[in-house]
Amino acid sequence: MPISEILFWFLSAVAVICAMLVVVVKNPVYSALCLILTFFAIAGHYFLLNAQFLAAVHIIVYAGAIMVLFLYIIMMVNMHGNMGFTKRTLFEIISAISAGLLLLVLTVAGKQADLSQLTKSAANIGTVESLGNSLFNEFLLPFEISALLFLSAMVGAVLLSKKQLS
Amino acid sequence: MTVLIFKIILVLSVFGITMLIAMYSTWAERKLSAVMQDRVGPNRAGPLGLLQPLADGIKMFTKEELIPQGSNRFLFIIGPGIAMLTALITGAVIPWGGDVNIGGESFALQITDINIGVLYLFGVVSVGVYGIMIGGWASNNKYSLLGALRASSQMISYEIAMGFSIIAMVMMTGTLSLREIVAQQDAGLANVAYQPLAFLIFMICAFAETNRAPFDLPECETELIGGYHTEYSSMKLGLFLFAEYINMFISSAIMVSFFWGGYNFPFQHELGLSPNALATVQTVVFFGKVFAFIFLFMWVRWTLPRFRYDQLMNLGWKVLLPLSLLNIFLTGVVMYLTGKLN
Repeated sequence: MPISEILFWFLSAVAVICAMLVVVVKNPVYSALCLILTFFAIAGHYFLLNAQFLAAVHIIVYAGAIMVLFLYIIMMVNMHGNMGFTKRTLFEIISAISAGLLLLVLTVAGKQADLSQLTKSAANIGTVESLGNSLFNEFLLPFEISALLFLSAMVGAVLLSKKQLS
Repeated sequence: MTVLIFKIILVLSVFGITMLIAMYSTWAERKLSAVMQDRVGPNRAGPLGLLQPLADGIKMFTKEELIPQGSNRFLFIIGPGIAMLTALITGAVIPWGGDVNIGGESFALQITDINIGVLYLFGVVSVGVYGIMIGGWASNNKYSLLGALRASSQMISYEIAMGFSIIAMVMMTGTLSLREIVAQQDAGLANVAYQPLAFLIFMICAFAETNRAPFDLPECETELIGGYHTEYSSMKLGLFLFAEYINMFISSAIMVSFFWGGYNFPFQHELGLSPNALATVQTVVFFGKVFAFIFLFMWVRWTLPRFRYDQLMNLGWKVLLPLSLLNIFLTGVVMYLTGKLN
Protein backbone atom coordinates (compact mmCIF):
# COMPACT_ATOMS: atom_id res chain seq x y z
CA MET A 1 0.00 0.00 0.00
CA PRO A 2 1.47 3.39 -0.93
CA ILE A 3 2.19 5.73 1.96
CA SER A 4 -0.42 8.26 0.86
CA GLU A 5 -3.10 5.58 1.11
CA ILE A 6 -1.98 4.54 4.60
CA LEU A 7 -2.06 8.19 5.60
CA PHE A 8 -5.49 8.60 4.08
CA TRP A 9 -6.95 5.74 6.10
CA PHE A 10 -5.19 6.83 9.28
CA LEU A 11 -6.38 10.42 8.95
CA SER A 12 -9.89 9.32 8.07
CA ALA A 13 -10.02 7.07 11.12
CA VAL A 14 -8.76 9.87 13.36
CA ALA A 15 -11.23 12.35 11.87
CA VAL A 16 -14.24 10.06 12.22
CA ILE A 17 -13.41 8.82 15.72
CA CYS A 18 -12.65 12.30 17.02
CA ALA A 19 -15.75 13.77 15.40
CA MET A 20 -17.84 11.10 17.13
CA LEU A 21 -16.12 11.74 20.44
CA VAL A 22 -17.01 15.44 20.11
CA VAL A 23 -20.64 14.46 20.43
CA VAL A 24 -20.32 11.52 22.81
CA VAL A 25 -17.91 12.90 25.42
CA LYS A 26 -19.60 14.50 28.44
CA ASN A 27 -16.88 16.99 29.42
CA PRO A 28 -17.11 20.08 27.13
CA VAL A 29 -13.34 20.67 27.30
CA TYR A 30 -12.65 17.16 26.00
CA SER A 31 -15.28 17.75 23.37
CA ALA A 32 -13.50 20.90 22.16
CA LEU A 33 -10.12 19.15 22.20
CA CYS A 34 -11.54 16.32 20.08
CA LEU A 35 -12.86 18.88 17.64
CA ILE A 36 -9.36 20.37 17.39
CA LEU A 37 -7.95 16.91 16.61
CA THR A 38 -10.63 16.52 13.93
CA PHE A 39 -9.49 19.79 12.35
CA PHE A 40 -5.93 18.53 12.31
CA ALA A 41 -6.97 15.31 10.62
CA ILE A 42 -8.91 17.25 7.98
CA ALA A 43 -5.93 19.55 7.45
CA GLY A 44 -3.89 16.40 6.86
CA HIS A 45 -6.39 15.40 4.18
CA TYR A 46 -5.93 18.78 2.51
CA PHE A 47 -2.20 18.15 2.50
CA LEU A 48 -2.72 14.79 0.84
CA LEU A 49 -4.81 16.56 -1.81
CA ASN A 50 -1.92 19.00 -2.45
CA ALA A 51 -3.84 21.93 -1.01
CA GLN A 52 -1.12 23.14 1.36
CA PHE A 53 -2.48 26.65 1.56
CA LEU A 54 -5.92 25.45 2.55
CA ALA A 55 -4.39 23.10 5.12
CA ALA A 56 -2.31 25.83 6.72
CA VAL A 57 -5.15 28.34 6.77
CA HIS A 58 -7.49 25.68 8.15
CA ILE A 59 -5.12 25.15 11.09
CA ILE A 60 -4.47 28.85 11.64
CA VAL A 61 -8.12 29.91 11.51
CA TYR A 62 -9.98 26.98 13.04
CA ALA A 63 -7.52 25.31 15.39
CA GLY A 64 -5.49 28.43 16.12
CA ALA A 65 -8.14 31.09 16.54
CA ILE A 66 -11.73 29.90 16.65
CA MET A 67 -11.20 26.86 18.85
CA VAL A 68 -8.97 28.84 21.22
CA LEU A 69 -11.89 31.21 21.77
CA PHE A 70 -14.29 28.27 22.16
CA LEU A 71 -12.03 26.70 24.75
CA TYR A 72 -11.66 30.09 26.39
CA ILE A 73 -15.42 30.39 26.83
CA ILE A 74 -15.80 26.80 28.03
CA MET A 75 -13.09 27.29 30.63
CA MET A 76 -14.64 30.56 31.79
CA VAL A 77 -18.07 28.96 32.14
CA ASN A 78 -16.65 25.97 33.98
CA MET A 79 -15.24 28.28 36.61
CA HIS A 80 -18.65 28.70 38.20
CA GLY A 81 -19.50 25.10 38.85
CA ASN A 82 -20.89 22.57 36.43
CA MET A 83 -23.34 24.14 34.04
CA GLY A 84 -25.00 20.89 32.98
CA PHE A 85 -26.80 20.76 29.68
CA THR A 86 -30.57 20.77 29.76
CA LYS A 87 -31.86 18.32 27.23
CA ARG A 88 -35.15 19.02 25.59
CA THR A 89 -36.97 16.59 23.39
CA LEU A 90 -37.85 19.31 20.91
CA PHE A 91 -34.20 20.24 20.48
CA GLU A 92 -33.25 16.63 20.07
CA ILE A 93 -35.83 16.10 17.35
CA ILE A 94 -34.84 19.28 15.53
CA SER A 95 -31.14 18.50 15.62
CA ALA A 96 -31.73 14.91 14.51
CA ILE A 97 -33.79 16.10 11.54
CA SER A 98 -31.28 18.78 10.48
CA ALA A 99 -28.32 16.44 10.85
CA GLY A 100 -30.18 13.83 8.80
CA LEU A 101 -30.92 16.39 6.09
CA LEU A 102 -27.27 17.39 5.98
CA LEU A 103 -26.27 13.75 5.64
CA LEU A 104 -28.77 13.35 2.81
CA VAL A 105 -27.45 16.39 0.93
CA LEU A 106 -23.85 15.28 1.36
CA THR A 107 -24.58 11.74 0.20
CA VAL A 108 -26.45 12.95 -2.86
CA ALA A 109 -23.71 15.46 -3.69
CA GLY A 110 -21.07 12.78 -3.27
CA LYS A 111 -22.96 10.32 -5.43
CA GLN A 112 -23.55 12.78 -8.24
CA ALA A 113 -20.04 14.24 -8.24
CA ASP A 114 -18.28 13.74 -11.54
CA LEU A 115 -14.77 12.67 -10.60
CA SER A 116 -13.69 11.92 -14.18
CA GLN A 117 -12.72 15.56 -14.71
CA LEU A 118 -10.10 15.30 -12.01
CA THR A 119 -6.80 14.71 -13.72
CA LYS A 120 -3.19 14.78 -12.79
CA SER A 121 -2.85 18.24 -14.34
CA ALA A 122 -4.84 19.64 -11.44
CA ALA A 123 -2.14 18.54 -9.01
CA ASN A 124 -1.03 22.06 -8.15
CA ILE A 125 -4.50 23.57 -8.02
CA GLY A 126 -4.23 24.10 -4.27
CA THR A 127 -0.96 26.02 -4.19
CA VAL A 128 -0.92 29.64 -3.06
CA GLU A 129 -0.13 30.90 -6.55
CA SER A 130 -2.98 29.19 -8.36
CA LEU A 131 -5.43 29.92 -5.56
CA GLY A 132 -4.52 33.60 -5.54
CA ASN A 133 -4.75 33.82 -9.31
CA SER A 134 -8.20 32.30 -9.46
CA LEU A 135 -9.46 34.28 -6.45
CA PHE A 136 -8.31 37.65 -7.75
CA ASN A 137 -9.09 37.10 -11.44
CA GLU A 138 -11.92 34.70 -11.98
CA PHE A 139 -13.73 35.08 -8.66
CA LEU A 140 -12.84 38.66 -7.77
CA LEU A 141 -16.42 39.88 -7.29
CA PRO A 142 -17.64 37.03 -5.05
CA PHE A 143 -14.39 37.30 -3.10
CA GLU A 144 -14.85 41.00 -2.44
CA ILE A 145 -18.53 40.58 -1.62
CA SER A 146 -17.76 37.88 0.96
CA ALA A 147 -15.07 40.16 2.40
CA LEU A 148 -17.71 42.87 2.78
CA LEU A 149 -20.01 40.34 4.43
CA PHE A 150 -17.34 39.52 7.00
CA LEU A 151 -16.71 43.20 7.62
CA SER A 152 -20.40 43.85 8.21
CA ALA A 153 -20.53 40.87 10.58
CA MET A 154 -17.61 42.32 12.53
CA VAL A 155 -19.21 45.77 12.72
CA GLY A 156 -22.47 44.13 13.79
CA ALA A 157 -20.77 42.18 16.56
CA VAL A 158 -19.09 45.34 17.87
CA LEU A 159 -22.41 47.23 17.77
CA LEU A 160 -24.25 44.46 19.61
CA SER A 161 -21.67 44.27 22.36
CA LYS A 162 -21.68 48.07 22.74
CA LYS A 163 -25.45 48.11 23.21
CA GLN A 164 -25.25 45.59 26.03
CA LEU A 165 -22.79 47.71 27.97
CA SER A 166 -24.80 50.93 28.08
CA MET B 1 18.97 7.87 0.40
CA THR B 2 21.86 10.24 1.15
CA VAL B 3 19.31 13.04 1.33
CA LEU B 4 17.40 11.14 3.98
CA ILE B 5 20.51 10.46 6.06
CA PHE B 6 21.56 14.10 5.74
CA LYS B 7 18.12 15.29 6.79
CA ILE B 8 18.05 12.96 9.79
CA ILE B 9 21.45 14.25 10.91
CA LEU B 10 20.22 17.81 10.37
CA VAL B 11 17.03 17.21 12.37
CA LEU B 12 18.98 15.71 15.25
CA SER B 13 21.57 18.48 15.25
CA VAL B 14 18.92 21.21 15.07
CA PHE B 15 17.19 19.54 18.01
CA GLY B 16 20.44 19.30 19.94
CA ILE B 17 21.50 22.86 19.18
CA THR B 18 18.06 24.18 20.10
CA MET B 19 18.21 22.39 23.44
CA LEU B 20 21.74 23.56 24.08
CA ILE B 21 20.89 27.16 23.28
CA ALA B 22 17.76 27.02 25.43
CA MET B 23 19.84 25.60 28.30
CA TYR B 24 22.52 28.23 28.06
CA SER B 25 19.95 30.98 27.56
CA THR B 26 18.88 30.38 31.13
CA TRP B 27 22.50 30.78 32.21
CA ALA B 28 22.95 33.89 30.04
CA GLU B 29 19.74 35.38 31.35
CA ARG B 30 20.85 34.98 34.94
CA LYS B 31 24.32 36.32 34.25
CA LEU B 32 22.91 39.25 32.30
CA SER B 33 20.39 40.16 34.95
CA ALA B 34 23.20 39.93 37.50
CA VAL B 35 25.33 42.36 35.49
CA MET B 36 22.39 44.74 35.12
CA GLN B 37 21.62 44.65 38.82
CA ASP B 38 25.26 44.79 39.89
CA ARG B 39 25.30 41.25 41.25
CA VAL B 40 27.58 38.29 40.58
CA GLY B 41 25.05 35.76 39.33
CA PRO B 42 25.55 31.99 39.29
CA ASN B 43 29.22 31.26 40.00
CA ARG B 44 29.33 28.04 42.02
CA ALA B 45 28.84 25.25 39.48
CA GLY B 46 31.91 25.21 37.27
CA PRO B 47 33.93 28.18 36.05
CA LEU B 48 31.70 31.28 35.71
CA GLY B 49 28.80 29.07 36.76
CA LEU B 50 28.85 27.43 33.32
CA LEU B 51 27.62 24.10 34.67
CA GLN B 52 24.62 25.77 36.30
CA PRO B 53 22.15 24.71 33.54
CA LEU B 54 23.25 21.08 33.98
CA ALA B 55 22.76 21.32 37.73
CA ASP B 56 19.34 22.87 37.16
CA GLY B 57 18.43 20.08 34.75
CA ILE B 58 19.44 17.37 37.21
CA LYS B 59 17.48 19.14 39.92
CA MET B 60 14.39 19.40 37.71
CA PHE B 61 14.52 15.74 36.75
CA THR B 62 15.00 14.40 40.26
CA LYS B 63 12.47 16.58 42.07
CA GLU B 64 9.25 15.12 43.35
CA GLU B 65 6.44 15.18 40.87
CA LEU B 66 3.17 16.51 42.17
CA ILE B 67 -0.14 16.18 40.44
CA PRO B 68 -2.64 18.27 42.38
CA GLN B 69 -5.84 16.73 43.67
CA GLY B 70 -8.90 17.42 41.58
CA SER B 71 -6.78 18.18 38.55
CA ASN B 72 -7.27 16.51 35.23
CA ARG B 73 -4.39 14.02 35.20
CA PHE B 74 -4.18 13.36 31.48
CA LEU B 75 -4.43 16.99 30.39
CA PHE B 76 -2.15 18.08 33.22
CA ILE B 77 0.62 15.89 31.84
CA ILE B 78 -0.03 16.61 28.17
CA GLY B 79 -0.02 20.42 28.60
CA PRO B 80 3.75 20.93 28.94
CA GLY B 81 4.25 18.28 26.24
CA ILE B 82 2.24 20.32 23.74
CA ALA B 83 4.11 23.48 24.72
CA MET B 84 7.42 21.76 24.08
CA LEU B 85 6.28 20.09 20.85
CA THR B 86 5.06 23.29 19.25
CA ALA B 87 8.20 25.12 20.36
CA LEU B 88 10.44 22.51 18.74
CA ILE B 89 8.71 21.93 15.39
CA THR B 90 9.01 25.56 14.29
CA GLY B 91 12.70 24.99 13.65
CA ALA B 92 11.87 22.77 10.67
CA VAL B 93 11.45 25.56 8.11
CA ILE B 94 14.24 27.89 9.19
CA PRO B 95 17.19 28.06 6.79
CA TRP B 96 20.27 27.75 8.97
CA GLY B 97 22.83 28.37 6.24
CA GLY B 98 23.62 28.14 2.53
CA ASP B 99 24.12 24.94 0.56
CA VAL B 100 26.80 22.49 1.61
CA ASN B 101 28.50 20.11 -0.76
CA ILE B 102 29.06 16.56 0.43
CA GLY B 103 30.52 14.03 -1.98
CA GLY B 104 29.45 15.99 -5.06
CA GLU B 105 25.87 16.44 -3.88
CA SER B 106 24.44 19.74 -2.76
CA PHE B 107 22.32 19.88 0.38
CA ALA B 108 20.43 22.83 1.81
CA LEU B 109 20.97 23.52 5.49
CA GLN B 110 17.23 23.53 6.12
CA ILE B 111 15.13 20.63 7.29
CA THR B 112 12.32 21.26 4.83
CA ASP B 113 11.57 24.03 2.38
CA ILE B 114 7.79 23.94 2.07
CA ASN B 115 6.36 26.64 -0.14
CA ILE B 116 4.04 27.82 2.62
CA GLY B 117 6.82 28.16 5.20
CA VAL B 118 5.52 31.45 6.58
CA LEU B 119 2.02 30.04 7.01
CA TYR B 120 3.44 26.91 8.63
CA LEU B 121 5.16 29.08 11.20
CA PHE B 122 1.93 30.92 11.91
CA GLY B 123 0.00 27.70 12.18
CA VAL B 124 2.42 26.28 14.73
CA VAL B 125 2.55 29.54 16.69
CA SER B 126 -1.23 29.76 16.81
CA VAL B 127 -1.47 26.17 18.04
CA GLY B 128 1.26 26.82 20.63
CA VAL B 129 -1.20 28.47 22.98
CA TYR B 130 -2.93 25.13 23.66
CA GLY B 131 -0.10 23.87 25.83
CA ILE B 132 -0.52 26.79 28.20
CA MET B 133 -4.33 26.74 28.05
CA ILE B 134 -4.69 23.02 28.68
CA GLY B 135 -2.03 23.01 31.38
CA GLY B 136 -3.56 25.99 33.13
CA TRP B 137 -7.08 24.63 33.02
CA ALA B 138 -6.16 21.09 34.05
CA SER B 139 -4.35 22.39 37.16
CA ASN B 140 -7.74 23.09 38.77
CA ASN B 141 -6.41 26.30 40.26
CA LYS B 142 -7.88 29.76 39.81
CA TYR B 143 -4.50 31.42 39.39
CA SER B 144 -3.49 28.89 36.76
CA LEU B 145 -6.75 29.35 34.92
CA LEU B 146 -6.44 33.12 34.95
CA GLY B 147 -2.89 32.84 33.68
CA ALA B 148 -4.02 30.52 30.91
CA LEU B 149 -6.87 32.81 29.90
CA ARG B 150 -4.55 35.80 29.86
CA ALA B 151 -2.05 33.92 27.75
CA SER B 152 -4.64 32.83 25.22
CA SER B 153 -6.28 36.22 24.80
CA GLN B 154 -2.90 37.89 24.56
CA MET B 155 -1.59 35.48 21.96
CA ILE B 156 -4.74 35.69 19.85
CA SER B 157 -4.63 39.49 19.93
CA TYR B 158 -1.01 39.80 18.95
CA GLU B 159 -1.13 37.10 16.31
CA ILE B 160 -3.32 39.36 14.18
CA ALA B 161 -0.92 42.30 14.12
CA MET B 162 1.95 39.85 13.62
CA GLY B 163 0.27 38.30 10.59
CA PHE B 164 -0.51 41.67 9.04
CA SER B 165 3.04 42.90 9.54
CA ILE B 166 4.29 39.85 7.67
CA ILE B 167 1.78 40.36 4.86
CA ALA B 168 3.48 43.66 3.97
CA MET B 169 6.80 41.82 3.75
CA VAL B 170 5.33 38.96 1.72
CA MET B 171 3.85 41.52 -0.69
CA MET B 172 7.40 42.58 -1.49
CA THR B 173 9.05 39.20 -1.61
CA GLY B 174 6.20 37.50 -3.44
CA THR B 175 6.89 34.15 -1.82
CA LEU B 176 6.01 32.27 1.34
CA SER B 177 9.10 30.07 1.30
CA LEU B 178 11.63 31.06 3.92
CA ARG B 179 14.55 29.93 1.82
CA GLU B 180 13.55 32.23 -1.01
CA ILE B 181 12.87 35.12 1.34
CA VAL B 182 16.40 34.75 2.67
CA ALA B 183 17.90 34.24 -0.79
CA GLN B 184 16.28 37.44 -2.07
CA GLN B 185 18.06 39.39 0.64
CA ASP B 186 21.39 38.16 -0.71
CA ALA B 187 21.32 40.46 -3.73
CA GLY B 188 19.93 43.65 -2.24
CA LEU B 189 19.50 45.10 1.19
CA ALA B 190 17.97 43.19 4.09
CA ASN B 191 14.19 43.43 4.30
CA VAL B 192 14.38 45.63 7.37
CA ALA B 193 15.60 48.48 5.16
CA TYR B 194 12.34 48.36 3.20
CA GLN B 195 10.00 47.36 6.00
CA PRO B 196 11.20 48.97 9.23
CA LEU B 197 7.66 49.39 10.54
CA ALA B 198 6.78 45.78 9.81
CA PHE B 199 9.90 44.66 11.64
CA LEU B 200 9.08 46.81 14.66
CA ILE B 201 5.52 45.47 14.84
CA PHE B 202 6.72 41.92 14.35
CA MET B 203 9.30 42.25 17.08
CA ILE B 204 6.82 43.64 19.60
CA CYS B 205 4.40 40.85 18.73
CA ALA B 206 7.18 38.29 19.08
CA PHE B 207 7.79 39.53 22.59
CA ALA B 208 4.10 39.13 23.34
CA GLU B 209 3.86 35.70 21.69
CA THR B 210 6.74 34.31 23.69
CA ASN B 211 5.19 35.68 26.90
CA ARG B 212 8.36 37.57 27.68
CA ALA B 213 8.56 40.78 29.65
CA PRO B 214 7.10 43.39 29.30
CA PHE B 215 4.27 41.12 28.12
CA ASP B 216 4.66 38.36 30.71
CA LEU B 217 1.25 38.91 32.27
CA PRO B 218 0.29 35.21 32.07
CA GLU B 219 2.94 34.51 34.71
CA CYS B 220 2.76 37.79 36.59
CA GLU B 221 4.03 36.85 40.06
CA THR B 222 2.51 39.76 41.92
CA GLU B 223 -1.01 38.93 40.79
CA LEU B 224 -1.04 35.28 39.79
CA ILE B 225 1.75 33.56 41.75
CA GLY B 226 3.23 31.65 38.81
CA GLY B 227 0.34 31.99 36.39
CA TYR B 228 -0.42 28.93 34.30
CA HIS B 229 2.43 26.88 35.81
CA THR B 230 1.60 27.56 39.45
CA GLU B 231 0.77 23.92 40.14
CA TYR B 232 3.58 22.42 38.12
CA SER B 233 6.67 20.92 39.65
CA SER B 234 9.68 18.92 38.55
CA MET B 235 10.45 18.52 34.85
CA LYS B 236 6.91 19.40 33.77
CA LEU B 237 7.60 22.89 35.05
CA GLY B 238 10.99 22.62 33.40
CA LEU B 239 9.34 21.87 30.05
CA PHE B 240 7.17 24.98 30.30
CA LEU B 241 10.14 27.16 31.13
CA PHE B 242 12.27 25.47 28.51
CA ALA B 243 9.59 25.99 25.87
CA GLU B 244 9.70 29.70 26.58
CA TYR B 245 13.44 29.83 25.94
CA ILE B 246 13.12 27.74 22.79
CA ASN B 247 10.37 30.08 21.58
CA MET B 248 12.67 32.98 22.22
CA PHE B 249 15.44 31.34 20.20
CA ILE B 250 13.14 30.39 17.33
CA SER B 251 11.47 33.79 17.14
CA SER B 252 14.91 35.39 17.05
CA ALA B 253 15.79 33.07 14.17
CA ILE B 254 12.54 33.98 12.40
CA MET B 255 13.17 37.70 12.82
CA VAL B 256 16.68 37.27 11.44
CA SER B 257 15.43 35.25 8.45
CA PHE B 258 12.54 37.58 7.66
CA PHE B 259 14.12 40.95 8.20
CA TRP B 260 17.85 40.81 8.82
CA GLY B 261 19.07 38.86 5.82
CA GLY B 262 19.07 35.41 7.39
CA TYR B 263 22.45 33.76 6.97
CA ASN B 264 23.64 36.33 4.40
CA PHE B 265 26.32 38.82 5.25
CA PRO B 266 27.85 41.68 3.21
CA PHE B 267 30.45 40.85 0.57
CA GLN B 268 30.03 37.13 1.17
CA HIS B 269 30.69 36.24 -2.47
CA GLU B 270 33.80 38.42 -2.75
CA LEU B 271 35.67 36.39 -0.13
CA GLY B 272 36.38 33.59 -2.57
CA LEU B 273 35.46 30.85 -0.12
CA SER B 274 34.59 27.32 -1.17
CA PRO B 275 30.86 26.48 -0.87
CA ASN B 276 31.34 24.45 2.31
CA ALA B 277 33.46 27.10 4.00
CA LEU B 278 30.97 29.76 2.95
CA ALA B 279 28.06 27.74 4.38
CA THR B 280 29.96 27.32 7.65
CA VAL B 281 30.66 31.04 7.91
CA GLN B 282 27.04 31.77 7.00
CA THR B 283 25.78 29.50 9.75
CA VAL B 284 28.10 31.18 12.23
CA VAL B 285 26.87 34.60 11.08
CA PHE B 286 23.26 33.43 11.36
CA PHE B 287 23.75 32.28 14.92
CA GLY B 288 25.59 35.50 15.71
CA LYS B 289 22.56 37.49 14.58
CA VAL B 290 20.24 35.19 16.52
CA PHE B 291 22.29 35.62 19.69
CA ALA B 292 22.10 39.39 19.25
CA PHE B 293 18.31 39.10 19.29
CA ILE B 294 18.30 36.77 22.28
CA PHE B 295 20.42 39.37 24.04
CA LEU B 296 17.83 42.00 23.08
CA PHE B 297 15.04 39.84 24.53
CA MET B 298 16.90 39.59 27.83
CA TRP B 299 17.94 43.23 27.82
CA VAL B 300 14.32 44.29 27.46
CA ARG B 301 13.18 41.89 30.15
CA TRP B 302 15.52 43.33 32.75
CA THR B 303 14.92 46.92 31.69
CA LEU B 304 11.22 47.45 31.17
CA PRO B 305 8.48 46.99 33.77
CA ARG B 306 5.41 44.90 33.02
CA PHE B 307 2.42 46.33 31.20
CA ARG B 308 -0.95 46.57 32.82
CA TYR B 309 -3.45 44.22 31.21
CA ASP B 310 -5.64 46.92 29.63
CA GLN B 311 -2.53 48.68 28.32
CA LEU B 312 -1.46 45.41 26.74
CA MET B 313 -4.79 44.96 24.97
CA ASN B 314 -4.91 48.61 23.89
CA LEU B 315 -1.43 48.37 22.45
CA GLY B 316 -2.32 45.23 20.51
CA TRP B 317 -5.68 46.25 19.13
CA LYS B 318 -5.56 50.04 18.94
CA VAL B 319 -1.93 50.70 18.05
CA LEU B 320 -0.25 47.71 16.46
CA LEU B 321 -3.20 46.48 14.39
CA PRO B 322 -3.98 49.88 12.73
CA LEU B 323 -0.26 50.47 12.23
CA SER B 324 0.18 47.14 10.50
CA LEU B 325 -2.84 47.84 8.27
CA LEU B 326 -1.36 51.25 7.43
CA ASN B 327 1.90 49.51 6.62
CA ILE B 328 0.16 47.18 4.18
CA PHE B 329 -1.53 50.17 2.55
CA LEU B 330 1.72 52.13 2.30
CA THR B 331 3.55 49.11 0.90
CA GLY B 332 0.85 48.73 -1.73
CA VAL B 333 0.98 52.41 -2.69
CA VAL B 334 4.76 52.45 -2.95
CA MET B 335 4.79 49.24 -4.94
CA TYR B 336 2.19 50.70 -7.30
CA LEU B 337 4.09 53.96 -7.74
CA THR B 338 7.41 52.25 -8.37
CA GLY B 339 5.77 49.88 -10.79
CA LYS B 340 6.67 46.77 -8.80
CA LEU B 341 3.11 45.52 -8.93
CA ASN B 342 2.44 42.58 -11.27
